[in-house]
Amino acid sequence: MDLELMIDSLPKLLNAAVITLKLLSVSLIIGLFIGLFFAILRLNKNIFINRFAYAYSYIFRGTPLLVQIFIIYFGLGQIEYLRSTVLWVILKEPYWCAIIAFSLNTGAYTSEILRSAFQTIKPGIIEAGKSLGISNKVIFYKIQIPIAIRQSLPAYGNEIILMMKGTSLASTVTLMDLTGVAKYIISTTFKPIEVFIVAGGIYLFMTFIIHNVIKFLEKKYSFN
Amino acid sequence: MNIFKKTIFSVLLSLLVMGNVNADKIRIGTEGAYPPWNSKNEAGKLIGFEVELANWLCIYMKRDCTIVEQDWDGMIPALQMRKFDAIMAGMSITDERKKVITFSQGYADEVASLAVMKGSNLEGMDTPAGINLTKPNADAKKALKTLTGALSGKTVCTQTGTIHQNFLESGDVGSVNVRTYKTQDEVNLDLTSGRCDVALAAAVAFTDYAEKSGKSVVLVGPTFSGGAFGNGVGVGIRQTSQMGEGSEQGKKDAKLLADFNKAIDTARKNGKISELAIKWFGFDASM
Repeated sequence: MDLELMIDSLPKLLNAAVITLKLLSVSLIIGLFIGLFFAILRLNKNIFINRFAYAYSYIFRGTPLLVQIFIIYFGLGQIEYLRSTVLWVILKEPYWCAIIAFSLNTGAYTSEILRSAFQTIKPGIIEAGKSLGISNKVIFYKIQIPIAIRQSLPAYGNEIILMMKGTSLASTVTLMDLTGVAKYIISTTFKPIEVFIVAGGIYLFMTFIIHNVIKFLEKKYSFN
Repeated sequence: MNIFKKTIFSVLLSLLVMGNVNADKIRIGTEGAYPPWNSKNEAGKLIGFEVELANWLCIYMKRDCTIVEQDWDGMIPALQMRKFDAIMAGMSITDERKKVITFSQGYADEVASLAVMKGSNLEGMDTPAGINLTKPNADAKKALKTLTGALSGKTVCTQTGTIHQNFLESGDVGSVNVRTYKTQDEVNLDLTSGRCDVALAAAVAFTDYAEKSGKSVVLVGPTFSGGAFGNGVGVGIRQTSQMGEGSEQGKKDAKLLADFNKAIDTARKNGKISELAIKWFGFDASM
């Protein structure tokens, strides 16, 4: 064990963890909106809209994130027509390709989490709102969405942790995130065990923080 | 002993046995993704200059060999962890690597070059055909200056953990925007997509790709050798000291190194290396 290397690499890896957190937070925010949008589509009675939303979540939950990121980064980059469009400004950058892949992926999972949360809302609550003369729209925004979000907190906390670990795939498209920098240090020191232990420790610490924040929120917004 | 314990016991036992089955075979690690040095054909079989050379060297040494595939970024750690006994993967002999492994004498020269897509404004740079960085002469220094200007602000792509990355980060060509990839294939893809303005690798890696893909990848600037580019490509072997000087494995490794050196000597003298180099590279890269 090379303790000196572990201590030396810590600041570099912590710096890289900032990129990891940036990737995570940006894709979670975009993914939450995508998820909410598709969860609402899933609840739609129209079979086409419903099936469309189902197909989206089915495809993105049914394929590995690595494959998705490769298709978006290397796959789309090979289409010559695309390179002549304005879309290329975004797709040219590995950072945005990663964000697109992560957002679409977490969006698919989030839509399923929110859909099941919507479906578990007791009809009595909605009926109570109606009996008070509150409009359907207000019931949806002020009653259903808040309850659904509270209901989905435990499952969504898991999704955040899974996504945080998923961001390590950003290193496969040249981004210098936590895993990317760890690999870079290994490529010059040839000591994978030491460096990956430090990187793993940082990931674990981030999980610890996320886990506790979610637990705090669960308690704060408890129904009891 | 119940069935559960029995299963665990037998699995552990078989793992122990498996670890020793190949004790007398030489396992040679290669990347299988750096044509024409080493790559895989459509059937998934390893082919290339180093695969054929390895087979010849093994026949000469009268040893059984298996060639093992290993990702480039884990090549040296895998050797140290005894996943295989020797590296033949287009790995240049550099001082940095010599700190952790030993090398046989070089068996081929790797000539590095920059490449761009046809029509790039980097084409037609005024530099000598080749520069040596070990003791750069006036021409080489001037060429580095030209390159520093030409590459500033450009995205230069290369494979992770290579001599090419070392060179780009050495400051010899100023501070360039380096982007690193896991494999050379990915570098080639992003060079053609336009995400990379210019790429750096073995010249043959680009010419091979241009030929096979039909993409208009062209070499620019001088070819590089010496300095950060090391002293040719050799067989990487564990340092004897790693396994303990007098240990059985240490002795085996020392003998392996001597055997490889002798075999390479013979292959060079009888023209085998030149023959294979001309077959795979189109020119004699023996050294």
